[in-house]
Amino acid sequence: MNATIDNAEQLLAALVAGELPDRNGRYGPFGGRYVPETLVDAFSRLEDGVNRWLHDAEFRAELQMELRHWVGRPTPLSHAPRLSREWGAEVWLKREDLAHTGAHKINNAIGQALLARRLGVKRIVAETGAGQHGVASAAACARVGLPCEVYMGEIDMARQAPNVDRMKRLGARVVAVTSGDRTLRAAIDESMREWVSSPSDTYYLLGSAVGGHPYPYLVRELQSVIGREARQQMIDQAGTLPDVAVACVGGGSNAIGLFHPFVDAASVQLLGVEAGGHGSGLGEHSATVVHGSPGVLHGTYSLLLHDADGQIQETHSISAGLDYPGVGPEHALLAATGRASYTVADDATALDALNEVCALEGILVALETAHAFAGAREFARANPGAKILVGVSGRGDKDLGTLLEHSV
Amino acid sequence: MTGAAAITAAIEAANADGRPALVPFITAGYPDRQEFAQHLQVLSGCGDVVEVGVPFTDPLADGVTIQRSSEAALKAGVSLDWILTTLQQSAADRAAPVILMSYLNPLLAMGYEQLAERCIAAGVAGFIVPDLPWEESAPLRAALEPRGLALVQLVSPVTTADRMKMLCEASAGFVYAVTVTGVTGGNKPVNESAILDYLDRVRSVSPIPVCAGFGIREASQVEQIGLHAEGVIVGSALVEVLEQGGDARAFLQSLGGKQHD
Repeated sequence: MNATIDNAEQLLAALVAGELPDRNGRYGPFGGRYVPETLVDAFSRLEDGVNRWLHDAEFRAELQMELRHWVGRPTPLSHAPRLSREWGAEVWLKREDLAHTGAHKINNAIGQALLARRLGVKRIVAETGAGQHGVASAAACARVGLPCEVYMGEIDMARQAPNVDRMKRLGARVVAVTSGDRTLRAAIDESMREWVSSPSDTYYLLGSAVGGHPYPYLVRELQSVIGREARQQMIDQAGTLPDVAVACVGGGSNAIGLFHPFVDAASVQLLGVEAGGHGSGLGEHSATVVHGSPGVLHGTYSLLLHDADGQIQETHSISAGLDYPGVGPEHALLAATGRASYTVADDATALDALNEVCALEGILVALETAHAFAGAREFARANPGAKILVGVSGRGDKDLGTLLEHSV
Repeated sequence: MTGAAAITAAIEAANADGRPALVPFITAGYPDRQEFAQHLQVLSGCGDVVEVGVPFTDPLADGVTIQRSSEAALKAGVSLDWILTTLQQSAADRAAPVILMSYLNPLLAMGYEQLAERCIAAGVAGFIVPDLPWEESAPLRAALEPRGLALVQLVSPVTTADRMKMLCEASAGFVYAVTVTGVTGGNKPVNESAILDYLDRVRSVSPIPVCAGFGIREASQVEQIGLHAEGVIVGSALVEVLEQGGDARAFLQSLGGKQHD
């Protein structure tokens, strides 16, 4: 990562004070809104809607009600006794896998669907990689009564077939994306093209903390429920804050949701774990923060995997949900200021961690989440006795096909 | 004459001839890298301003044709560096100003100062950057404006009235009026009265020429839109002619392009 920040302390203070993103949608040098003119008005209306509704008492009450009685929040914080013994650490798990539809994605999807309904749109488009955001969007749209179209790369459709079926059953139309890399990045391209074609009556329900302003902010605010609950639960159940909070990072929504409420707690290290794939060369991994450099993709200035000519590179991960060449701008800021650190777990290490968690704790986690466990295990080895909070971003039922393919 | 002034002058010259200016678009190096310079020469003979597309992996504002051409050009090794080198070598052969259409990331990767210097050397007159709204454009303008290079602003049918006026006043060379809310190469009719009214609105607030683009394929469209804008931009339809091995000169002349090289 070659972005440098001169005023790290100032920027972190501003982030803690709630002053970032600034009025231009910036997190220090990162963020902004790089979108076609056709979408400028739609983004402005979205920003107005976010400013008007997101912290409005009535909206918050409705969102709270949905989170509690439909999503199933608060999700538990589980102590992991056998992993703790095995790793020589004190391991706590924030269980987003137990949220409705099986992943953290639902927090964001229901929040944005409620917002879309207030904005008076006629339909929702969404993209999905692993299918979790697609399923969450389909469910949330059914809940609020809006038609939903989900764009999904055909490679991802093949590796996440059960989720495709779930989306259809929930009433969504699933559109196969055959262009570009045929994974999440191409699905985002197609969703944005679809939005460009009817910006006035369509809401684009973006699934990660990426994209032009206000999406990274909106998604962070909706996902921060994870970190807020976890912080309180750690105090209630463990009697103290963790030494480290660990989360997997693709676009980075579950990680920013876990990290953001801890940014002001200097004693809590923040550790993002990216997909190391099967090598460190371009095209062999999806480790955007660790190996990327600044650039503009999908509406935001952040860290990217691109070549010297600025062309976006194909990525690889065993986990469809991490297979994305960019990362949210707030992560770029956290990395550049040193407030959070980022590491990689390769495919094999993630699979190994998945098996360990399954065998020792009786939880089949998503392949995405398995990367967080691999990073947490490394941390435990280097920091014996540490109190480790792991964000369990989702459950692994959807990955059974991939696990069978890899004979694990 | 600066690049921006040369673009405006070329459009005004066409209008003085009693016709709308024709702005043909090609993806650089597509369908064949070796023929790029030759295509440029044909296009600059028939067109009043030539728009050269810098291929990008994620062309969000473009439809299938330009997407396909970008992907193929990238596979063939086309880069911004190669495009500028080729343009520099062939500068003397061109009768029309060249404007580059590029998404922002390749420009960022080159660095704005180096980019602007190389554009001057290559005889490039300006830029269209579809994913760079005015609000984010100050750093690029800081490199382009002192050198007289144009940064063309786009407006769309959903651009609000105040913003449209601001963008038209801020634009250089011409104003790019996107005729549809959608990606390039669409099949929606672009000569409906609502579109023509919209073009009249753009024209009424623009101090510089207005060129309409997206979805323009036929002489009848050019003729009708020409009554409501100073020029038309023809992209996907021309790219399709080129990829099918058709005669670009005959196609552009059928649309009312210049009748001589």
